[in-house]
Amino acid sequence: MKKLLFVGFLSSLIVASYAQQEAINKGKELFGDLRARHIGPALMSGRITDLELHPTNDRVIYAGTAGGGVWKSNNGGATFNPIFDDYCQSIGAVEIDPSNPDNNIWVGTGETWTRNSVSVGDGLYKTIDGGTNWIKVGFENSERIAGIQVNPKNPDEVYVAALGPLWNDSEDRGLYKTTDGGKTWSKILYVDKTTGCSDLMLDPKDPNIVYATFWEVRRQPWAFNSGGINSAVYKSTDAGKTFNKIHNGFPKGKLGRLAIAVAPSNSNILYTVIESEQDKDKGLYRSDDAGASWKQLNNDFGIVVRPFYFSRIEVDPRNPDVVVKAGLLGSISRDGGKTFKNLGPNHSDVHDIVFDIHNSDRMHIATDGGIYRSWDGGTTLEITENIPVSQFYHVSVDNEEPYNVYGGLQDNNCWYGPSQSPGGVEARDWNKVGFGDGYRVYRHPTKKLIYSEMQGAENVWRYDPSKDQAKTVQPLAAKGDPKLRFNWNAAMAISAHKPDRFYMGSQFVHRSEDMGETWVKISPDLTTNDPKKQNQEDSGGLSKDNSGAENHCTIFTIAESPLDENVIWVGTDDGNVQITKDGGKTWTNVVANITGLPKNTMTYHIEASVFNKANAYVVFTGYQTGDKNAYVYKTSDFGASWKSIVTPDIYGFARNIQEDYENENLLFLGTEFGLFITLNGGKNWYKFTKNMPAANVHFIELHKKTNDLVIATHGRGIIIIDDISPLRQLTEENMNKELHFFTAKPTNIAETNGFGSTSTETQFVGENPSSAARIVYYLRKRHTLGKMTLEIQDANGNKVTDLGPGKAKGINVVEWNYNMKPPKMAAAKTFAFGGFTSPRVPAGTYKVVIQKGKETYTNDLVIQYDPKSEISLADRKLQEAATKKLYDMSQELAYMVYTLDEYVKIAEGVKARDAKSAKIASPLITELTKLKETLVVTKGDNYVGAAEPQLREKMAELYAKVAASYYKPNQAEMDNLEAVESRFNTGKADYKKIKDKHLNKVIANSKDGVEPLVLKTYEEFLQMP
Amino acid sequence: MNRKFLLSLVAVAFAFVSNAQTADEILAKYFENTGGLDKWKALQGIKISAKVNQGGLEIPLEIVQLKDGRQMTTITFQGKEIKQGVYDGSTLWATNFINMKAEKSDAEATENFKQDIGEFPDPFLNYKERGLKVELLGKETVDGSETFKIKLTKKPIKVDGKVTDNVVYFFFDTENFVPLMSETEITSGQGKGMISQTKMSDYQEVNGLMMAFSMTQGIKGQGGQPLTVSAIELNPKVDAAGFAFPAEK
Repeated sequence: MKKLLFVGFLSSLIVASYAQQEAINKGKELFGDLRARHIGPALMSGRITDLELHPTNDRVIYAGTAGGGVWKSNNGGATFNPIFDDYCQSIGAVEIDPSNPDNNIWVGTGETWTRNSVSVGDGLYKTIDGGTNWIKVGFENSERIAGIQVNPKNPDEVYVAALGPLWNDSEDRGLYKTTDGGKTWSKILYVDKTTGCSDLMLDPKDPNIVYATFWEVRRQPWAFNSGGINSAVYKSTDAGKTFNKIHNGFPKGKLGRLAIAVAPSNSNILYTVIESEQDKDKGLYRSDDAGASWKQLNNDFGIVVRPFYFSRIEVDPRNPDVVVKAGLLGSISRDGGKTFKNLGPNHSDVHDIVFDIHNSDRMHIATDGGIYRSWDGGTTLEITENIPVSQFYHVSVDNEEPYNVYGGLQDNNCWYGPSQSPGGVEARDWNKVGFGDGYRVYRHPTKKLIYSEMQGAENVWRYDPSKDQAKTVQPLAAKGDPKLRFNWNAAMAISAHKPDRFYMGSQFVHRSEDMGETWVKISPDLTTNDPKKQNQEDSGGLSKDNSGAENHCTIFTIAESPLDENVIWVGTDDGNVQITKDGGKTWTNVVANITGLPKNTMTYHIEASVFNKANAYVVFTGYQTGDKNAYVYKTSDFGASWKSIVTPDIYGFARNIQEDYENENLLFLGTEFGLFITLNGGKNWYKFTKNMPAANVHFIELHKKTNDLVIATHGRGIIIIDDISPLRQLTEENMNKELHFFTAKPTNIAETNGFGSTSTETQFVGENPSSAARIVYYLRKRHTLGKMTLEIQDANGNKVTDLGPGKAKGINVVEWNYNMKPPKMAAAKTFAFGGFTSPRVPAGTYKVVIQKGKETYTNDLVIQYDPKSEISLADRKLQEAATKKLYDMSQELAYMVYTLDEYVKIAEGVKARDAKSAKIASPLITELTKLKETLVVTKGDNYVGAAEPQLREKMAELYAKVAASYYKPNQAEMDNLEAVESRFNTGKADYKKIKDKHLNKVIANSKDGVEPLVLKTYEEFLQMP
Repeated sequence: MNRKFLLSLVAVAFAFVSNAQTADEILAKYFENTGGLDKWKALQGIKISAKVNQGGLEIPLEIVQLKDGRQMTTITFQGKEIKQGVYDGSTLWATNFINMKAEKSDAEATENFKQDIGEFPDPFLNYKERGLKVELLGKETVDGSETFKIKLTKKPIKVDGKVTDNVVYFFFDTENFVPLMSETEITSGQGKGMISQTKMSDYQEVNGLMMAFSMTQGIKGQGGQPLTVSAIELNPKVDAAGFAFPAEK
């Protein structure tokens, strides 16, 4: 029976993983060039969980993050790049194989700083090529990996500390070992289903000596319990064959989370930090005899604070008495652990600290707000500014142009920032609009006011950015009210019907019609109100931890129907789905109508449909009770009946769903491991992967005007997929055509030409959307063999420009920035930089012509002037005419200089023949050369050695000004144009005079022995490179 | 659960393992499909005329590569020729865009470049004799086409004084056995640590050899600029003087 079960399990695993791989491959094919862009921000970065230094190359640093994958620095920590985007982004441990540090890296997924909002891992990964390719090597169900150690003398011998699942019993925890590089694993130390391996260290001098700590821990949605009789520190001296507890000197009774560190310079010196029953016994312990005995040294606040979050000790590699401890601020001791001082100011919540391999003054520190580095032993700290691993809980948007995004972050406040900004979305573009763990932030639908909140609705603000004034507006208990229970991430909603309406959820739905000034409860307690789940005061285990994070039996989501203000949906964290159809007078709990959903599974999100007020989607999460299945249901009858729209294509439990506004079958689903899209109402799902990491998607918003999909990730900041409207046209019929052009709305020519960004070299800058016209088409098959071209033609069929066509199977996006080719400029000694300016085309209907082998595909492309622009059509025509005039003049001058050079060339040939010929040719050469010196520069360089500008340079300079402008040329420009034109006319007249006087004679004399003159026509000349 | 069904599932899930071809078989097929090994080996040089479009500005390029390692890219702007990546047999040099004078590449870049001499016309040609390593990693999808992913390990290079691995991944179409993409980690400059991708398409015949007429280079996950080839000349006549590092007049 057991064997059969195993076979069944294995086959279901294979079916699921095959489906999931297909969802990725098919997604890549379908979505093609549609790509996500990241706007960060990185100014507050995000939680870093583990730092790992290359053992011999101090330029190389790896960082594991809470929800942003693995990042690598190649420059000593100045900047980092992500190297783990395709895999689970929650990282527990990163380990470099000391014997092959450039290539072999191990990544254990699943963060072990087990706060309420912690993500889950999905196994152990390994690369043998420095991170270009990764393979999973087991541990799929161990959820979190706390440590990895590779024997420095044998890369195949690896120990893995599996802390295991946080919310449920499991045998997938303990200390594991492989001796074949990860092909097979044996569990060498296991305690029980609730106690996992939480820290791991090999003796740096003797890899047969293994230290491992075990931690008895359990989180429930409503409680946290750290500690028990099974927590312990173990030691093995025979490479893991046998282990003994090393507790001589430890406090009696239950122990909690323990950290272990071995001094690299003296491996007899060990440090541990102990969570125990009595406060006086907690803190840092040291052993000077390799664990045979221990002495307590310190129990300052910085050492004992929140062991579940901060149990990490590091010892200076050169000095066993310099020891650092992670903590609220981070602590450093220089007397062997007797006394500590805080590290210098940095972001609070320090999780890891490492000393540089050569210089102990240089340190890197992992915090809840990014990686800091110190050059002076931890006193001064500076943040690395290009790691956008911000953990958004939620996102909303407004209707400004460009629109703004709003959201709250884990331990990093509430913010709003623009979806685009000149030069890119920079740190300075973001505005703080709330403190704490932020959650929902909304812009008032019509007024320039912002609502924001911090954890547990301790504060809800209505903020006026124009005055920089914040007012607290949260519902508070009035006389006769019970305690209001707000979730850590309290529910908040605004209304599509009444701009001043504002909802908050405790156990009740509170409604305000005046922006939070007065509140009315419009529901009874909508939760299960289970008293067993409301003892947060006792939460924490050995260290009390009543932060509010475990508040339970609360409302988590509120959705007012966009079609009927009286239809309101409410979801609770204890698994109720409540609906009112009369604005709150009566409520019905409809969750029991769902089949297949385990009882009390948290209602994470409700999406009230825009197509029918009876329709809604509900997403449930059960991971906090150990159930990692995705639960997504649709109702079409106000919750009377439900249909699951989950398929094996989906990987990870789901948190959020977004319905398209036009195509009812187009849905976007955010899971713990990325973004999934269905085109057929949930029959199949495809994973979206182009520049979209497998990040934990907490919330998705679709912008109504731009059709941009705005994604709040809990670890990679805000990610946007610009204009998803082509997905609405992805029908079977269109996908079966060889090439299908998607219909697009006319594009406005962007009218910006400002001065760009202010960020410095090592700062993250969020990517802007393209302002170019998009040519979007679907290819049935990748184009590989034969020629494929794309050109833009004007209404008369004249070629305007060539563009590089996309050739991938699926959606291709080709961008055109409305430009034609720049003018052909006269050859000279240096460049006329103005001549590199490409003129914009006028608004109109253009033709896109794709030639693919013998087939031609065409489509219209309408581009228009920005209808909101203040510039009149008459002014635009003046600008275009002046541009055209200067463009044509530049090309005419180029041809003139070309012919001049050719005449000089033939005259030189004649001159070289004999004295008589020289006499005939010389005047032409002299006069043309002199003329040329007034037409183009003939000396100098392209920088400060530049020569005095001549006609070409003056013409080009004016051309560039006029062509780049959106306005009509100003009077100075028109006057300058006249001057340039007059000079050109003089030049032309002089040229004619010289030619009339000398040229015929020279040509008549060029018959013998001189390379004949072959002049290209003007049209031929323009085609020359 | 039917055992046969289970086995078939396993077979589907690990299709590339059971179906495996060796890297050498794939490379052999590639050379065979693109004109034959002998023809590739006989090739002495190549001249590519191409253009890159940057924001409306079309940049014409002429690329010359010779079997002995000499190479040159000539860009023409406003009638001025600018040379980039020129190697004359001993010196690697380029024209400075500001003063338009030739400047030598730094010693490290030159040394790294010299290491790759012998790659012409294809890095996989005689790779064993040149001490390179090839490994088939499996199958991957590129632009919706199934490909074989082949890892090419070249001799290590030096980056800012440190010895660094030199690895390029090639993705060969399983249908036509031509490379659709190559990928390598950028080791220096602003993009250091990012993955550079070059996508190849528009394969056309040039005197019996199939060559890519379109190459789009960019950073992985971002767009790229296509290089469009208008003509390829095999074994071109070139003036040796063009490669020489010019003496200052």
